[in-house]
Amino acid sequence: MTVAPMADVPDPTRPSPALSGSIQIENVTKVYQSRGQRTVGVENINLAIEPGEFVVLIGRSGCGKSTLLRTLAGLQPPTTGRIRINEKSLYQDDGRIVPRVIGDLGFVFQDANLLPWRSVWKNIALPLEVQKVPKEKRRLRAEQLAELAGLKEFLDHLPKALSGGMRQRVAIMRALAAEPSILLMDEPFSALDAITRDELNLALQDIWLRYRKTVVLVTHSITEAAFLADRIVLLSPHPGRVQRIIPVPFERPRPLSITKSVEFQALVSELRVELGE
Amino acid sequence: MTSSELSTEAVLDAERRRHSLLAIADRYLTWVTTPLLILAFIGLWKLYIVVFNVSPFMLPPPEAVGKSLLELMSQPFFWNYFRITVTEIVSGFAIAVVIGAVLGVLLGKLKLFERIASPFIVASQVTPKVALMPLFLLWMGFGMQSKIAMVVLLSFFPVMKSTILGVRSISPEQRDLFTVIQAPGWKRVWSLDIPAVLPYLLTGVETASVLAVTGAIVGEYLGGNEGLGAMVVMTLNAMRVDQMFATIVALACFGFIFYALIASIRKVAVPWHDSAQQP
Repeated sequence: MTVAPMADVPDPTRPSPALSGSIQIENVTKVYQSRGQRTVGVENINLAIEPGEFVVLIGRSGCGKSTLLRTLAGLQPPTTGRIRINEKSLYQDDGRIVPRVIGDLGFVFQDANLLPWRSVWKNIALPLEVQKVPKEKRRLRAEQLAELAGLKEFLDHLPKALSGGMRQRVAIMRALAAEPSILLMDEPFSALDAITRDELNLALQDIWLRYRKTVVLVTHSITEAAFLADRIVLLSPHPGRVQRIIPVPFERPRPLSITKSVEFQALVSELRVELGE
Repeated sequence: MTSSELSTEAVLDAERRRHSLLAIADRYLTWVTTPLLILAFIGLWKLYIVVFNVSPFMLPPPEAVGKSLLELMSQPFFWNYFRITVTEIVSGFAIAVVIGAVLGVLLGKLKLFERIASPFIVASQVTPKVALMPLFLLWMGFGMQSKIAMVVLLSFFPVMKSTILGVRSISPEQRDLFTVIQAPGWKRVWSLDIPAVLPYLLTGVETASVLAVTGAIVGEYLGGNEGLGAMVVMTLNAMRVDQMFATIVALACFGFIFYALIASIRKVAVPWHDSAQQP
């Protein structure tokens, strides 16, 4: 897959069936053992995510939403159960990840997690270095992505010269650099102020509409979940289980003003009730 | 253009000029203050001697020290001693940096190793190290090796300690990032461990550069007939306090230059780190 030009935006109402990026979560349970204490992170999770789908995991703290995402990212194997990415198992039987399968994942961390000694473009291009892409190509790819993020003039700046929102944009571009079909995002905007957060939600929607990556995003913001998701997966805490799956029917692209609409407010109220707030 | 606009422009212009002048003044501040303060110090020194009529055997006047320093510098044996001391400092320092960095990485990475080794490493530091000098002389003789050993013993500790801190400064999220992008081991070391540890390591290395000078001089005080540290003792025994002061001035100058060189690495090696921003 290459970078699509601006005019080449696919029909936003219907994901293309040809795209890869499916995720199957099958009976996944994650148990932590520490000092003889057993803590169940998530229990018996079953979820199938379609290619190009935008899924938001939401729940109260302790519901295991981050645990589930880390398991999807190859950072911790499930205790039991199976995860399949594009129909292939992510973990081998001994718990080690299958390198070729994880290559199809991009991960966005909570606090941008940029390397402070690298300039913006070198941060974006980090995954390409691992794949031994030559330097000129890396630079070119970083330029394209930085332009998409509106950060072209900051390519040679260090992360500390950027605002929190700009840093998180860089982090998203880094996750996209190796052109994965799946983007996993762990509360990516939770440290940002409300205005920046709205901006980035819009920017993320744009990117998603353009590239149709499968996105799994963890958040604790109900508004963010309702604004971004095709489907909201509600998790209940102690132990983490799927409580309910709620489809979000609003058309794309969604403007920020949609959050003021009656339908949106109704959905938010419904989610509030489900979350017991 | 009205007169009020003009005056605004003029005020802004004056303000800008004032700022650029301040910036220049700020930049060259120490170029002025340092020589002035040194001159003031020498002046006070001289004044003290004149006012209180201090014997030159107790405290020689600054001009006598300056004269002795020039005298010494014209003699080949001084440069021979200088070379010996510098060799001890630089080689001991280099060994200490390597030992400190290697131990620091091991102890920082392997918690168990740290738990086992730390009592001994702490013991090596709380033991009065200078007291070990006679032992080094016994084992290694009066040559350079015993002094180099003292330099290493004194200066590896800050390097090790700061390297451990550096290794611990790498966050789990940064490690996760390298796992997610499937970075192989060498890539983690090259692109994560080394850059993350470097600013910490340099802090330890700077401290070590100061301690290395101390180590060599102490070593020469206690057991040696060569080197600038030995010369301090010899000149004192010969009641040539002016020469003793001259030797100390020479040592201080070398120590200063050595430290400044080591400290300047920071700006080149870790320009991204906040610690490199200080003038």
